[in-house]
Amino acid sequence: MPRSAHRSHRAVGLGAVVLLALSACSPSGSSSGPGAQDVSGTVTVFAAASLKESFTELGRRFEKEHPGVRVTFNFSGSDSLAAGINNGAPADVFAAASARTMKLVTDEGHTAGSPRTFVRNRLQIATEPGNPHRIDSLRDLSAPGRKVVLCDRTVPCGAAARTALTAAGVELTPVSYEQDVKSALTKVELKEADAAVVYRTDVRAAGDKVEGVEFPESAEAVNDYPIARLENAPNPSGATAFVELVRSEEGREVLGEAGFLKP
Amino acid sequence: MTTGAETPRKARPRPPGRGVPLALLAPALVGLAFLLVPLLALLLRAPWRSLPEQLTSPEVWEALRLSLFCATAATALSLVVGVPLAWLLARTDFPGRGLLRALVTLPLVLPPVVGGVALLLALGRNGVVGQWLDAWFGVTLPFTTAGVVLAETFVAMPFLVISVEGTLRAADPRFEEAAATLGASRFTAFRRVTLPLIAPGIAAGAVLAWARALGEFGATITFAGNFPGRTQTMPLAVYLALQNDPAAAIALSLVLLAVSIAVLAGLRDRWMRTV
Repeated sequence: MPRSAHRSHRAVGLGAVVLLALSACSPSGSSSGPGAQDVSGTVTVFAAASLKESFTELGRRFEKEHPGVRVTFNFSGSDSLAAGINNGAPADVFAAASARTMKLVTDEGHTAGSPRTFVRNRLQIATEPGNPHRIDSLRDLSAPGRKVVLCDRTVPCGAAARTALTAAGVELTPVSYEQDVKSALTKVELKEADAAVVYRTDVRAAGDKVEGVEFPESAEAVNDYPIARLENAPNPSGATAFVELVRSEEGREVLGEAGFLKP
Repeated sequence: MTTGAETPRKARPRPPGRGVPLALLAPALVGLAFLLVPLLALLLRAPWRSLPEQLTSPEVWEALRLSLFCATAATALSLVVGVPLAWLLARTDFPGRGLLRALVTLPLVLPPVVGGVALLLALGRNGVVGQWLDAWFGVTLPFTTAGVVLAETFVAMPFLVISVEGTLRAADPRFEEAAATLGASRFTAFRRVTLPLIAPGIAAGAVLAWARALGEFGATITFAGNFPGRTQTMPLAVYLALQNDPAAAIALSLVLLAVSIAVLAGLRDRWMRTV
């Protein structure tokens, strides 16, 4: 199998890097926990679209802490990422926006070890700046003539929105089911839709281009975000180190600033 | 494709030197396999047993009906404005015609998603033109079936224009000139002489545009969104089904494959013979 050949090749390279790091000066003060030295190459992270801003920042810090290492991201709807991983996409880390989408991958035995929840996220209603349509609750979304976009029900934000709408007893016909949370938000940013049900982190990341509206039923639909190293990770040590960074104090700080809740 | 020396055809004289050089044959076979294996895989992995059930579900029919309707409407729209545009490009001379021609063909090479974004900025509720459509007529195009038709037209019309323009250039302009000498106006000459003359080119262009519209994904999902029965065409349904129901995605893909083969079969007289 070419795969195992690759593996051993990489293992040799890795060993050389470790040796070099040990024999050379190797200042042990370079923080970021155990295994910092033996990380090399490229770390490929598949992450939910809602993690885009915070993970991009964490990737930048990771590259700074591990000179020469590159982190590449694939941000998309968690369900399409899961489908990609299950079809053999070469990824090291998977961070999903719901336990259900992570389960798609664990069920196929593609994760190494059990996934750990690292943050949680709540929904908000995103409206145009200044909330011109005076949207204050989920019920206001069902007013006649309101153009509302939701995430598709296969995507975590769509599933959570359905749960919240059911909890509120609101029947809502959106104008579109978008394929991930960012495309739902974009429709509001471009003023094509009056409102979208997205995560509060997305509202915060969009700055003053949208306005967020809290609603009580969001408490019924809080998403757990699990992260896991993948079984067939081309770069296992890189994967471990990245997951460690995400779950570290530093990682929590970055994610907290983006508006994510502690697990 | 692999006609070796053992099957000589009487009709055509063979070029000198027998057999196919390996240096050409090997990459040719790789290319052939590359094009055919994915289609074969679709057939091999098709959920044949559950297929009748998959294909009779109302969602599939809704998506298929919408796809056929929108592709046909987009083709009709392309014909109405595209044929005159092709005529303008082929039969008139004005400064900047070459540039205009290049711009017309731009959607051919533009990524469809970019086309969708451009359409949003132009025809969206807040777009350059769209805001007036909304203010004056109360018309908003995003998230509507009309939006799907426009997105597909944007992507498909250049195929028609290029095809018709090519046919026009190949057609002898002296027929039109003769008609004009006999007193026909330029429009009458176009309608009575040119149009019948280039009909096969128009038909081929229309089929191409229709096929392109049927497969359109990027511009559609960007501009018109995704709502079952209103804007969810077959390619969108395939893409979203692949996430959580791959069997349904394969079934939907088979339908599109069948339609494509039917189109190809319809065009075989035009293309297959020219080999």
